[in-house]
Amino acid sequence: MATLNDDYLQYPERSYGMDHDRYEWSMLQDRKAVQWPDGKKVALWINVGLQFFPLNQKGIPFKVPGGMTKPYPDLRHYSLRDYGNRVGIYRFLKAFDAYNITPTFAMNTRLAERIPYLVNTIKERGDEIMCHGYDMDKLHYGGQNLSEEKELVKKSLDGLRNLTGQDIKGWISPAKNESENTPDILAANEIEYFCDWVNDDMPYDFKTKNGTLTAMPLPTELDDNFIINNNLHSSEDWADQVEDAFEFLLKESNTGVGRILALNIHPWVLGQPHRIQYLERVLEKLGGHPDVWSTSAKNILNAWKSQK
Amino acid sequence: MKEDPGYYDYWPYENRPKIKWPNGAKVAFWVAPNIEFYELNPPDNPFRKPWPQPSPALPGYTSRDWGNRVGHVRQMELLEKYGIRGSISLSTALCDHHPEIIEMCKERDWEFFSHGIYNTRYTYGMTEAQEREMIKDSFETIYKHTGQKCAGYLAPALSHSENTLDLFAEVGTELFGNEAGIYSCDLFHDDQPTPIHLRSGKKFASIPYSLEMNDTIAYLVQKITPRRYGKELKDNFDRLYAEGAESGTIMCIPTHNYQVSNAHRIKAYEEALEYITGHSDVWVTTGKEIAQYFLDNYYDVALADIETKNKKYGNA
Repeated sequence: MATLNDDYLQYPERSYGMDHDRYEWSMLQDRKAVQWPDGKKVALWINVGLQFFPLNQKGIPFKVPGGMTKPYPDLRHYSLRDYGNRVGIYRFLKAFDAYNITPTFAMNTRLAERIPYLVNTIKERGDEIMCHGYDMDKLHYGGQNLSEEKELVKKSLDGLRNLTGQDIKGWISPAKNESENTPDILAANEIEYFCDWVNDDMPYDFKTKNGTLTAMPLPTELDDNFIINNNLHSSEDWADQVEDAFEFLLKESNTGVGRILALNIHPWVLGQPHRIQYLERVLEKLGGHPDVWSTSAKNILNAWKSQK
Repeated sequence: MKEDPGYYDYWPYENRPKIKWPNGAKVAFWVAPNIEFYELNPPDNPFRKPWPQPSPALPGYTSRDWGNRVGHVRQMELLEKYGIRGSISLSTALCDHHPEIIEMCKERDWEFFSHGIYNTRYTYGMTEAQEREMIKDSFETIYKHTGQKCAGYLAPALSHSENTLDLFAEVGTELFGNEAGIYSCDLFHDDQPTPIHLRSGKKFASIPYSLEMNDTIAYLVQKITPRRYGKELKDNFDRLYAEGAESGTIMCIPTHNYQVSNAHRIKAYEEALEYITGHSDVWVTTGKEIAQYFLDNYYDVALADIETKNKKYGNA
């Protein structure tokens, strides 16, 4: 049996705070209280993932969750994902309008290239778009060649800025996966905030070689795909969990600290006919609640930044 | 390898030309029992293992055989009770193994469509000639045993090649003319029928078969309870029925006798069937009848609408 070298029992990062220098160690309870506009207590960030899963998935360095699983051509998963962009999304938009919800769209640049109709629809609505990488098979990952990743980020951002006419300040990596260089590259490309690190309930400063980014809290634990397809809970159970989370955050906010309820949702998951009513139930409750501020990710970011 | 199968164009689910089903129905409702034969000793396929255990793989083989020995008649009687003619996704070798089942379905005027030869023989790795031969065999077997000119296809075990839909449509036309080989259940991108691009230019449609409502996906992948399955069927119907007032929608329940006909599951399924068929504006029909109706009345309209929108916006 193989044995370990003695340096396995050396702990070079063993000191107060984090084991890296990207951000400061800070407990939520010690933060300065943030107030939302008009005395609202909970900021509601509805984040819609608009994704393109290519049929010829390469899976480098791993097959993305939600991607192709069968031998090529996996028509089953390709068309089930495509369902979201041609059918489910229009159920979402109707629901947002019915319940006065301001959504934010995280879009793969390849999808924007493929479906100008959808880009145009969102532009006309005036909602914020953030970049969700190039497509669901163009992953950012540890050990990735630096110039290759720089080129990928630039291609994704230039393309989406050009197609949407928006300056695009937000980023979420496909599968929330990053290399050790991703934050540095994002900061060099005029990104202000990113949503890959799920270690907080509130925004925080994230240091890069090219200035400070804001890490925005978009929990995977409440993500529709994670709850329904990973945890195998029902869509009704997803709605229950969201409502429980809201009640708790609202209670916490009663001590005078603004909170954020961030929901990452996908039209290929909750846009199905048998699921959409549970999204509508949640949006009806939240959209009509007097203590809720339904707004874009960037507005939440700016409100937080102005009170830092 | 392609990033997109190229079978259909983008077509947003809003402002589409209105589909009116016969008698003003809002939803075309069909049930597709998969009547399958899985082999005890299938040959190896380099791309997919048929069974998780070395042969004889009793857990999978025997539960599926149970579906034919016990489950089939239970579901058939249930469908009959609610005036539903099944559209059978058929492992065509079942005609040779269990002709009694074929006879029962024939007597009830059910539709037979091709689901390949065996559900343990995958399309992966076949040459175009081999796939064509397999598809042709399935057409001929259905015709020989039932007299039906097969209209629809669901590739065996959802295993495809880049040519699958083209081959199916072409063989149908070669054997029986353009009335055969007119629709596919292999794509899950929509709740309405979609025109499909084929290299032959034949008029051909994708008919929604709904993997989300498929009992095997519900029970084996999503691992939901029978009562939850019944609830999902009703929820799905409610939404498509409401939207069908704007333009006709399709709801399919794809089933497997080894899943849905189990004594502990059939009650929830029956409640959903009773609920759905109890609505006034439902067209209880078959896959072929929907496909033919769409091709005759809306295919050209749909194609024109898609082309107009693509020209305007430049969608892929």
